[in-house]
Amino acid sequence: MAKHKTPLLDQLESGPWPSFVSDIKQECENRAKNEKGVEFQIPADCPEDLLGVLELSYVDGETHWKHGGIVGVFGYGGGVIGRYCDQPEMFPGVAHFHTIRVNQPSGKYYTTEFLRQLCDLWEFRGSGLTNMHGATGDIVFIGTTTPQLEEIFYELTHNLNTDLGGSGSNLRTPATCLGMSRCEYACYDTQALCFNLTNEYQDELHRPAFPYKFKFKFDGCPNGCVASIARSDFSVIGTWRDEIRIDQEAVAGYVGGELAPNAGAHAGRDWGKFDIQKEVIDLCPSECMSYEDGKLSIDNKECVRCMHCINTMPRALRIGNDRGASIFVGAKAPILDGAQMGSLLVPFVKVDAGNDYQEIKDIVEGIWDLWMEEGKNRERLGETMKRMGFQKIIESAGVPVDVRQVQEPRTNPYIFWKAEDVEGGWDRDIAEYRKRHQQ
Amino acid sequence: MAFISSGYNPEKPMENRITDIGPREYKEFLPPIIEKNFGKWVYHEIVEPGMLMHKAESGDEVYTVRCGGARLMSVTHIREICDIADKFCDGHLRFTTRNNIEFMVDSLEKAQELKKYLNDQKFSGGSHKYPVGGTGAGVTNIVHTQGWVHCHTPATDASGTVKATMDTVFDEFQNMRLPAPVRISMACCLNMCGAVHCSDIAILGIHRKPPMVDHKVLDNICEVPLAVAACPTGAIRPTKVEIDGKSYKTVAVKEERCMFCGNCYTMCPAMPLSDKEGDGVALMVGGKISNRITKPAFSKVVVPFIPNEPPRWPTMTKVIKQILDAYAEDARKYERLGDWANRIGWERFFEKCGLEFTEHLIDDFRDPAYYTWRQTTQFKF
Ligand code: HEM
Ligand code: HEM
Ligand code: HEM
Ligand code: SF4
Ligand code: SF4
Ligand code: SF4
Ligand code: SF4
Repeated sequence: MAKHKTPLLDQLESGPWPSFVSDIKQECENRAKNEKGVEFQIPADCPEDLLGVLELSYVDGETHWKHGGIVGVFGYGGGVIGRYCDQPEMFPGVAHFHTIRVNQPSGKYYTTEFLRQLCDLWEFRGSGLTNMHGATGDIVFIGTTTPQLEEIFYELTHNLNTDLGGSGSNLRTPATCLGMSRCEYACYDTQALCFNLTNEYQDELHRPAFPYKFKFKFDGCPNGCVASIARSDFSVIGTWRDEIRIDQEAVAGYVGGELAPNAGAHAGRDWGKFDIQKEVIDLCPSECMSYEDGKLSIDNKECVRCMHCINTMPRALRIGNDRGASIFVGAKAPILDGAQMGSLLVPFVKVDAGNDYQEIKDIVEGIWDLWMEEGKNRERLGETMKRMGFQKIIESAGVPVDVRQVQEPRTNPYIFWKAEDVEGGWDRDIAEYRKRHQQ
Repeated sequence: MAFISSGYNPEKPMENRITDIGPREYKEFLPPIIEKNFGKWVYHEIVEPGMLMHKAESGDEVYTVRCGGARLMSVTHIREICDIADKFCDGHLRFTTRNNIEFMVDSLEKAQELKKYLNDQKFSGGSHKYPVGGTGAGVTNIVHTQGWVHCHTPATDASGTVKATMDTVFDEFQNMRLPAPVRISMACCLNMCGAVHCSDIAILGIHRKPPMVDHKVLDNICEVPLAVAACPTGAIRPTKVEIDGKSYKTVAVKEERCMFCGNCYTMCPAMPLSDKEGDGVALMVGGKISNRITKPAFSKVVVPFIPNEPPRWPTMTKVIKQILDAYAEDARKYERLGDWANRIGWERFFEKCGLEFTEHLIDDFRDPAYYTWRQTTQFKF
């Protein structure tokens, strides 16, 4: 027998898409039956009270969580999001309902053994409810009480060899596309770089020392499967700088209709016979391709590596062999001064596991030096860039100025010069001037 | 409910503490066939909706079956996912960047058997547990946020709006008949945790009433300068008020300057603003992340307000369907929703989608607003 009546939520049990309500209800039932005899460390009816408070929000049209909440584990300044219900008498099972961010493996591959260990821990010490995964990438354990936090952390680190993720004004949990594990477009090993930088900067991740939050994300190519250009302050996107490899035989396969364009992504509708001119050559943004006498050619010097032709004919066209990545900085959501996507800082950098990615780390640390010193309270890197100018970021990152860093040159002539770059400097005497120009 | 210690000693909290170990290494969890062919993939095919095949230099093939996940899920559900992975995939699986679940096997027969099995699993209420789909030119999972399940600043619910929307567009999850992929995202306030500012279609929770100020407690629970600095439009200033003869340090909100972003509440618990009638959702469209053909783009607001109608948000889902249908019908192959709107012109976009254009859609935020107005004689009647 359900503890609370949930007539509104019950309506979300129908329809084809997996119902979170049905799923929470099955967790309620399992905890009530408790066939395994688990000694639940927080109220067994916690998920029931969650449904109760959610139903109340559906009636009131307003959230029922109190503002904020500061909880955590010793030694760390983040990783746990505290949360308290604003109707604790009605819903005692969620009076405390803290979220724990658990650092996920790069690319989110799992063994069932590891997932089951996580489930056993969370069923025992928490609500049994999760997010797989948070937008930043963490495994999110939703709902436990303050006294359980250290216990959970102890078990995570001692038994599961796993750490918390980030929260607060610090480096958040980095995330990556699946990269070379299962994609032929990957221009570098995104998972390895993600794992390496996460470990290198553990201190910055667990102990807030920044003006505001800072995120890393790693895409293997410009398709952006982890959306780094929109969702990370520091975004690394794979690319190449030599030729796209062409297999003319396979091109003929596409033209002849043996191979489906775009790997079959449009198979659900009749778009007519594949027309290489119309679907590839004419859509190339740099107009650098041609198809004559059954031969496809690409003027690679003019190619902007947008991925369209490769996406459309994956069996005929392949990324180049001289691979690396571009670095973009400053993406953020609207608060305060408007949304930003990452701006190109470094057009090409080698992603070199051999020297422990030192070149990329130097750029990260150069940027942090400036932003930690000059960034205002709660000012994202993107906003610091706007306030101080992109030139300052280029300088602190220690990278060269490059025309590729702009979409177009400035239109206003309000140009700053440094005194040392102007002949004679800025120290001038008005008396000298008056000798040539009478008042 | 007897307390059971993990071994942690609260008397000596720093003893035996392990820190800074980071995540488990991904290599521990790769299926053997992925590990063997890591970085040696040659091409891929989408065999049918929800099923991919990747071919390696070695000739090995890996078949991936992708199915929808509600993201908010119980340990019971995760264990069932594990049972499936144990049964079909030697105990391996992964989750995607859009919170779908992927199972990998080494032959087409196994993949088809698995697909059928997944599509057959239902919750007691009738919904699919693991609907297969989310590949190619269709609608995949909705990246979303906490909503009324866990956050204190939302203007709408996340899990509910997402379930209602996915039910409405479900056929597109299991099909690949759109001109290009359509990414839908949702955020329950304009902190936009997630991908709302860069999606083809985005649902965004918004408020329409200025914050209330709890003068009596404000100074005790907020840092006044932080609340002042939190406001994008400079609507907040420090002040003093007199209540029952007592003077309180507090803030004043210039209501005509406030656009209800809620950022002051994020910083100051004495400034709540949620409201049943005032709150609702805005719809945005035309964003993208990939660099394919055109540059990445922000999504733009095309519907300034739709009221919250829990539990199924019928007006919101109707408008989303309307936009999706107009796009599916009119756009060219490979054209993302934003590419289509840009080509035909936004005046035509509103006409074709049957949306009303109101003053709320004209940008008025600082300098850059100017660049969104029309500085050309080129327009369509
Ligand atoms: C008020 C309390 C807030 C809560 C409860 C909250 C909750 C969350 C959660 C659970 C995630 C996913 C985290 C993960 O995967 O590890 C997230 C991500 C995010 N949050 Fe928040 N958030 C809050 C405030 C904010 C604020 C103030 C901003 C910006 C001004 C913000 C912007 C974002 C963004 C942009 C992401 C997604 C980044 C990505 O795509 O990786 N959030 N938030
Ligand atoms: C071998 C080829 C590819 C692989 C293995 C791959 C892998 C993935 C995976 C696993 C996801 C998460 C999917 C989901 O849950 O719905 C994803 C998302 C995505 N993919 Fe790909 N992808 C490939 C090709 C492409 C192509 C050709 C494009 C663009 C034309 C693309 C653009 C994206 C974007 C924009 C996202 C969503 C990011 C977001 O909004 O969060 N990918 N990709
Ligand atoms: C003592 C200072 C200035 C003097 C004596 C001056 C003089 C003039 C004159 C005589 C013209 C008309 C030229 C013609 O016959 O078409 C003119 C045009 C113009 N001035 Fe100035 N000007 C001064 C300062 C400025 C400043 C400070 C600005 C801008 C910041 C400016 C911007 C312009 C522009 C844009 C035009 C062209 C207007 C058009 O579009 O037709 N001037 N100025
Ligand atoms: S971003 Fe590129 S390399 Fe990474 S999974 Fe997507 S298509 Fe593949
Ligand atoms: S990658 Fe893009 S720019 Fe380069 S040739 Fe192909 S379609 Fe043209
Ligand atoms: S979008 Fe806003 S309301 Fe939703 S989880 Fe993020 S901060 Fe909370
Ligand atoms: S809600 Fe936003 S605009 Fe309104 S006063 Fe608060 S910070 Fe300013």
